[in-house]
Amino acid sequence: MTVPAARADRLTKRFGDFTAVDRVSFDLNPGEILGYLGPNGSGKTTTLRMLLGLLRPTAGEAELFGRPVAAGGDDLRQQVGYMSQRSALYDELTAAENLAFYALAYGVRDTRRVRQALDEMDLAPVAGVRAGDLPSGWRQRLALAGALLHGPRLLVLDEPTSGVDPLSRRAFWDRIYALAADGVAALVTTHYLEEAEYCHRVGIMIDGSLRAIDEPARLKHSALTGEAWDVWAELVLETLEALGSEPMVARAGLAGDHLHVIGAPGVGVGDLVRRLEALGFRAVRAERVEPTLEDVFLALAGT
Amino acid sequence: MSAIVASHLARAFGPTRALVDFSLSVERGEMVALLGPDGAGKSTALRLLAGVLRADSGRATVDGLDVARQAEAARARLGYVPQRFSLYGDLTALENLRFLADVRGLAGVAWRERAEAMLRFVGLEAFGHRRAQALSGGMRQKLALAAALIHQPRVLLLDEPTGGVDPLARQSFWKLLTRLLRQEVAILVSTPYLDEAERCHRVAFLHRGRLLVQGTPDELRRPLADRMIEVRGGAPDRRLEVTQDLGGVEERQIFGATLRLRVAAGRVHEVVAEVARRAAAYGATDVAVRLVPPSLEDVFHYLLAAEPLPRAA
Repeated sequence: MTVPAARADRLTKRFGDFTAVDRVSFDLNPGEILGYLGPNGSGKTTTLRMLLGLLRPTAGEAELFGRPVAAGGDDLRQQVGYMSQRSALYDELTAAENLAFYALAYGVRDTRRVRQALDEMDLAPVAGVRAGDLPSGWRQRLALAGALLHGPRLLVLDEPTSGVDPLSRRAFWDRIYALAADGVAALVTTHYLEEAEYCHRVGIMIDGSLRAIDEPARLKHSALTGEAWDVWAELVLETLEALGSEPMVARAGLAGDHLHVIGAPGVGVGDLVRRLEALGFRAVRAERVEPTLEDVFLALAGT
Repeated sequence: MSAIVASHLARAFGPTRALVDFSLSVERGEMVALLGPDGAGKSTALRLLAGVLRADSGRATVDGLDVARQAEAARARLGYVPQRFSLYGDLTALENLRFLADVRGLAGVAWRERAEAMLRFVGLEAFGHRRAQALSGGMRQKLALAAALIHQPRVLLLDEPTGGVDPLARQSFWKLLTRLLRQEVAILVSTPYLDEAERCHRVAFLHRGRLLVQGTPDELRRPLADRMIEVRGGAPDRRLEVTQDLGGVEERQIFGATLRLRVAAGRVHEVVAEVARRAAAYGATDVAVRLVPPSLEDVFHYLLAAEPLPRAA
């Protein structure tokens, strides 16, 4: 049997009366990429910190590689690469100097690792540039290179792609896939729902609880009770307003020249078209489409 | 005349040509997204239109007023939310709005009514006396929007207004923008979120200071219609195996439990058939292949595939 790279077992954290994380349980297996989603303040970072042994849980247990984090020493930490939301880079040091510093901190003796890490993240051209002068996308890549320097078997990345453009984001994910193919496990929080589609499994935190955890494609079926539709009509903004108070509709939003709508349970696309036509809207057209992870997220978050 | 008109705008910073021959217009009640990699010129374009940065050449107008030559009058018609939060953290929400109302020349008692109306509009009426620095990220962005709207502008320029904001807060921010569209405000917004660009009427795509392409999201996706294939099911190695060295495939990308392929125009059926044939030959009956509609992210990578990113140095 495979030993999970990380296991959260009913992890709970209370701050006074406030329960930041409430009985969160999941396994993260080697080679698996788990996306961790949730609104700000829903307990994502607190969960990560408990998992890493940086914060003591009020109840429950965190395990890394089959061993309780609480008992873990330096050798456990050696197997984990952590990238926090505020990346720990020294602005006045160059990219290469920052990595050399990481190497020292993690006891990496092989001096070739710094050059190798720069190459792996395509950072060689900026090796001599001060971290403070790097655009945000490059900074984040440098921070990831730092987290990878000591060859960890588990990556914990807290919003690693915040403020990073789609092109750099893809380069970022290519690297994470390459590592996962080598058996590295990754736990990644993100606000980009299209990124969550890249993950093998996705967990959604709402108010401290892990409300759902599954493969993206399965979440779309289990978490949504109604169908997803794209809706066109002559007066699109007026139509949107009408749908806002329509019992047939769970949620409606603007999507360019048309609307993206989640129906109430049991309502079909024909029902909606007839309803809109009865309300006097003209040139109404609607088709059923594949729901997005944003639809899932907003449904679970209760808007 | 369009509410926002950029006509051959150009701006360099030293040797760097941040924006080159940029022309774009936005109508009343229309929302246009500015997309592009970091350093593509999005912020420069917005700053030139807002009149906070002077163009080397070209012309910009808002509501028919030249932002350089009729700066004061133009500024009265536009609201601008810069990328970095620019309100005072140690002032309350209302104090910030009062300060801006003063700057905007909203004299006397008028500011209070207007400020409270704007706080209600963005849903922060309960937070008027809270210091800006004590608001959450999403609430701060809403306050910045309220501040930009204090003088009832007809044009709104937003520079990545939802960066780092969670999906729930982004959703409610976009609902506000939709309401402004109903009031015939023209909106130009830069964003790193492609799902947000999907919600705009049109998308303008910048790269290395140049406008590469503009159109509705559907128009931008059209060149990739019938060219995106998804392979799912089976083990990851098997998915790679059945798509290895396929003729006609321009790009192959892993997406979690699926592989996404971009295929040369006109070759999609041939490629689908070949993948299915290989899957059968290898006994990988659980591998499925299908044609999928292109996303704006596919478009983004397709547009940039021709030229690699410039090196930062």
